[in-house]
Order: sequence, then structure tokens, then C-alpha cells
Amino acid sequence: MRHHLLRLSGGALTLALAGLGLSQTATADVVSRGALMATTCYACHGTDGRSSGTIPSIYGYPTEIMVAQMLAFRDGTRPSTVMDRHATGYTDEEIRLIAEHFSTLR
Amino acid sequence: MTTQISRRHFLRALGAGGAATALAACGTLSDSRKTKGQVVVVGGGSGGATAAKYLKRFDPNLDVVLIEPIPRHYTCYGSNWYLGGLTRMDRLAQTFTVLRDTHGIQVIHDTVTAIDRDNHKVHLAGGDRLSYQKLVLSPGIDFRYDAVAGYGPEVAETIPHAWKAGPQTQTLRRQLEAMPDGGVFVMVVPGNPFRCPPGPYERASLVAHYFKQHKPRSKIIILDNKETFSKQGLFMDGWQQLYGNMIEWVPSSQGGQVEEVDAATRTVYADGGLTRFQADVLNFIPPQEAGRIAVESGLTGATGWCPVNQLTFESAMDPDIFIIGDASIAGQMPKSGHSANTQGKVAAAAIVRTMAGMEMLALSTVNTCYSLVGPEYGISIAAVYRYSDGEITGVPGSGGVSPADASLHFRRQEARYAQGWYDSITADIWG
Ligand SMILES: Cc1cc2nc3c(=O)[nH]c(=O)nc-3n(C[C@H](O)[C@H](O)[C@H](O)COP(=O)(O)OP(=O)(O)OC[C@H]3O[C@@H](n4cnc5c(N)ncnc54)[C@H](O)[C@@H]3O)c2cc1C
Repeated sequence: MRHHLLRLSGGALTLALAGLGLSQTATADVVSRGALMATTCYACHGTDGRSSGTIPSIYGYPTEIMVAQMLAFRDGTRPSTVMDRHATGYTDEEIRLIAEHFSTLR
Repeated sequence: MTTQISRRHFLRALGAGGAATALAACGTLSDSRKTKGQVVVVGGGSGGATAAKYLKRFDPNLDVVLIEPIPRHYTCYGSNWYLGGLTRMDRLAQTFTVLRDTHGIQVIHDTVTAIDRDNHKVHLAGGDRLSYQKLVLSPGIDFRYDAVAGYGPEVAETIPHAWKAGPQTQTLRRQLEAMPDGGVFVMVVPGNPFRCPPGPYERASLVAHYFKQHKPRSKIIILDNKETFSKQGLFMDGWQQLYGNMIEWVPSSQGGQVEEVDAATRTVYADGGLTRFQADVLNFIPPQEAGRIAVESGLTGATGWCPVNQLTFESAMDPDIFIIGDASIAGQMPKSGHSANTQGKVAAAAIVRTMAGMEMLALSTVNTCYSLVGPEYGISIAAVYRYSDGEITGVPGSGGVSPADASLHFRRQEARYAQGWYDSITADIWG
């Protein structure tokens, strides 16, 4: 929620700046590769990894734990219903980028 | 009216930012909006609503307008659960209040009747014209009524397709409820590609669940215009286990290719009239193409679907129009709600990055389609997709279907995750 308010006020400010004829360029940085790849997780794990249903939340996971879990799904040492089928599609680098993004959501 | 909404938002947004003093310098938003660039999104379903929300998330400074005629969007996902008696119709209704009030998207309930590509304007049925700098199109599907003799919009009231959720789904449910025990439910299923490849077989499963409880002598016949189908082994195993011989699947080579429908008697003909099936309840799912507005705007190719740059979802016909969801040709990605959701985010990022003068990034994304064979029996198909060399393809060695020899505990777990997926994705799109 706090995150949300900050976002909204940021939007209001830029909206106001735009109205004053000033431009604002920082926003595009938000869509980094890690941030964008993480959005694909949201369909099951909820927006920003906050799940409201039966699928576990992954919001705010520490990077190293998420990386370790994904690698365990990938090599089959951690059993799962579907995560093994996902983890096998990602490179080490992609897993790290996604994990780093989730750890920044606090 | 649209102006009022947007002004209210503008004021609220300014209030939240504590920058109300800046208002005086702005003039009226309605004037500036006509001249300033904005992104217009057509269609508030899985793809369009996601794109609108993520455009705002990625760049709160953007002016985003979402145009959708229906104030309550009923998701197709979950509509088979309703047909099987597992959920209520109102549980499938999504509204646009949060997108409007929390995310600051201007929502207009109207239909786009034309896209004036030369002048970057959309025409609305209500008479308004809106300028766009970039247009996102997610109109879903429309039906090719010319494909099979005897089936057209005029008979859809009595022979429902129920392939767009809403009144059609309720019509089909009422017919199933009215059918006597011992009746025959016939489903006619199109060839590939079509919306939701496992959808027809989940529907047959859950109607069988309903019959098993209330009309156990009834039968289900699937007439399929193809030779194999999604999650086939898992579905057929589950059918055998849960419903015995209640469901019969007929592939195209064995009489499944329907050529004619006689709506008055609910009879379908295949094999040049040699094979004939008479139904008590008939569910005809016609072959499909991109939503009409895409076809009429010259954005479809020979196949009836929209070719796009598969990195950005920019139309191959128009660099300022992005086409996502079922209407688009997205390499190996299936026509699913999950795909449409992913594509909405990709197109939103591509637009925001393009406007900032940055190139789009190549990504890996996932798709998972859960299906219920029974209330406690879930199966899934998953894949990871990657863009390379101009195309989206599945990453070799990843994805696949649920294991064939899984325990009932595993199936129950996946049934629970199917509901979890519904809760998460609908919140991600409309929440
Ligand atoms: C029975 C069934 C079960 C399914 N189950 C699943 C599932 O379990 N998982 C899954 O991932 N997918 C599932 N799907 C598929 C999923 O519903 C679709 O793939 C998804 O809805 C596609 O999103 P879209 O945005 O392309 O189209 P839609 O969600 O159909 O949205 C299109 C919207 O555009 C609007 N529109 C059209 N033309 C205009 C116009 N001219 N002006 C303004 N608005 C317009 C329409 O009113 C509509 O709201 C299922 C489908 C069916 C039929």
C-alpha cells in the first residue's frame, strides 16, 4: 500500500510537471529486464508476487533464497507440481535478474 | 462525461502528490488531451486491461484511455467451472473501478467502430473521436460464420457457442439443466488455431461431472475437427477414471468434421452427410478469427489473425498500433488468458521504452494453462517462451504437461492451484 501511494504521488508529480511544460525522463528505467521478466510470475503469484489465493506469495524474497529455490526446481532436487517445468526454461542469468527484482520490492 | 472522470482523477492524483498548486498552471486537461499524445487501449479483456494497467505502472505520466463496451467483463476462464456447477456466474464478473479509481486510467464504456489510421483517431459508436499517439488493440476473437452451413448468429441463441463468456454461457447452462437424464450433449470443436486449446475438453469434463451427479445416463459426444488435442492423454485418462464411458471423442477422420448444422432439429452432419448426430443439447464452437475491428481496419493477414513484430507486438501493418491477445499471431504462444496478460505487459513496456527512445528487450515469459477434469482433479500444461530470430518459440527442454502417473494428491494440488491462478491473474489484470 505504501508502495502504491508513493507510485501515485510520483505520477501526480510528473503529471503536474508535464502540465507545466517540463519533461521527465527517469520513468523508463523502471522497465528493466529483471522487472519486466518478473511480471510474468505475477499471473500465478500475484502482482509484485503478492498472492491472494492458494499459490504461494514470493513478494520480497531475498535474492539468494529465490535463486537457490529456482536452481533446486531446475535440477529436480526440490519436488513441485509445475515450477520444475518453468525453471528448466531459464538461464542462470535470468533467474538472478528476476530474483534481484523481487528482493527490491519492500 | 469522459472529461469529468478524467478531471476528477487528475485532481485526486494531484492531491495525493501534494502538488495541487501546480493545477493553476495546467489549464484544462480536456483541452490538453486533444493535442497531447496519449495511448488508447481497445478492449478491456485479459490483454487490454493488462496493457492499460501496466502502461500506467511503467510510466505514471502517460495518459491512458481504455475503451470497452461492457461494464462487467465475464472471464471465459472459470466459465466451464460454472457450466459444471462449481461456481456462480457473478464470481466471474470483473469490473473496471480499480483500474479507473486506483490506477488513473480513463475508462470509456463504448465500442470502437473504426480506426482512422491516417489521422491517428478512433471513432466511437457514441459519436466521440479520440486521438492516439499509440494504439493497443486487444479485441479478442470473432466467429467465422461462413465456415459451416446452417450455423450463424441467428441460431446462436438456441445453439450457443458459449465461447465468449456471458449470456451465452448462461444459455448453455440452462439447456443442460433442462435436458432429461439419458440425453445426448454434443460439442462441435474447431480445428487449430482457436481460443484456449484445452478449453473444449475441460468443458466436456465438467459437464460430465454435472451429469454424473444429476443425469447419470446421459452421454457427451465431442465432434472434433482435428486428430489430436491439448493434454489429450491426461484428459482421456481422467475421463476414464472419473466418468467411465460417458465422454466419446470423435476425431475429424472418423466423422468429427462437421459440415452442416440443422438448427431446428439440433442435428449435425459430417462425412458428406454419411454421418449424422442428433443432440438434445448442442454446443457449437465455430472457427475463429481476430476480433472484427482488427479485420475491418486492415490489420489481419490471409489467415484472419494479426501479424505482429513478436518482440514488441507492434502490428506488421502499422507501427503505431500494437496488437495483443487472441487476435495476434504470437509464434508458439497459445491463445490463452495467460498469454494475453503477458503480451499486455510486453506491449506496455515496448511502448514506454519506444517513447523514451529505448529499444525493446528480448525476454523469457511463461504460460500455464490449468484445466479441471473434476473439482478435485487438476492438470496443467506449461511452457517458457523466448523471443529470438524474429519469433517466439518454446525453450527446448522446458515446459510440458503434468506427469501421467501423478498421484491423486498431485491432481488435487493442481486443482487448488487452478483456483489460485484465477484469483491471482484476475487481480493482476483488473485489480
Ligand atoms: C471456455 C474457455 C475457457 C478458458 N480457460 C482459460 C484458462 O483456463 N486459462 C487461460 O489462460 N485462458 C483461458 N481461456 C482463454 C482466454 O479467455 C482468452 O485467451 C483471453 O480472454 C484472450 O484475451 P483477449 O484480450 O485477446 O480477448 P478478451 O478477453 O475476449 O477481450 C476482448 C475485449 O475486447 C472488447 N472489444 C471487442 N471489440 C471491441 C471494439 N470494437 N471496441 C471496444 N472493445 C471491443 C470485448 O468486449 C472484450 O471485452 C478460456 C477461454 C474459453 C472460451
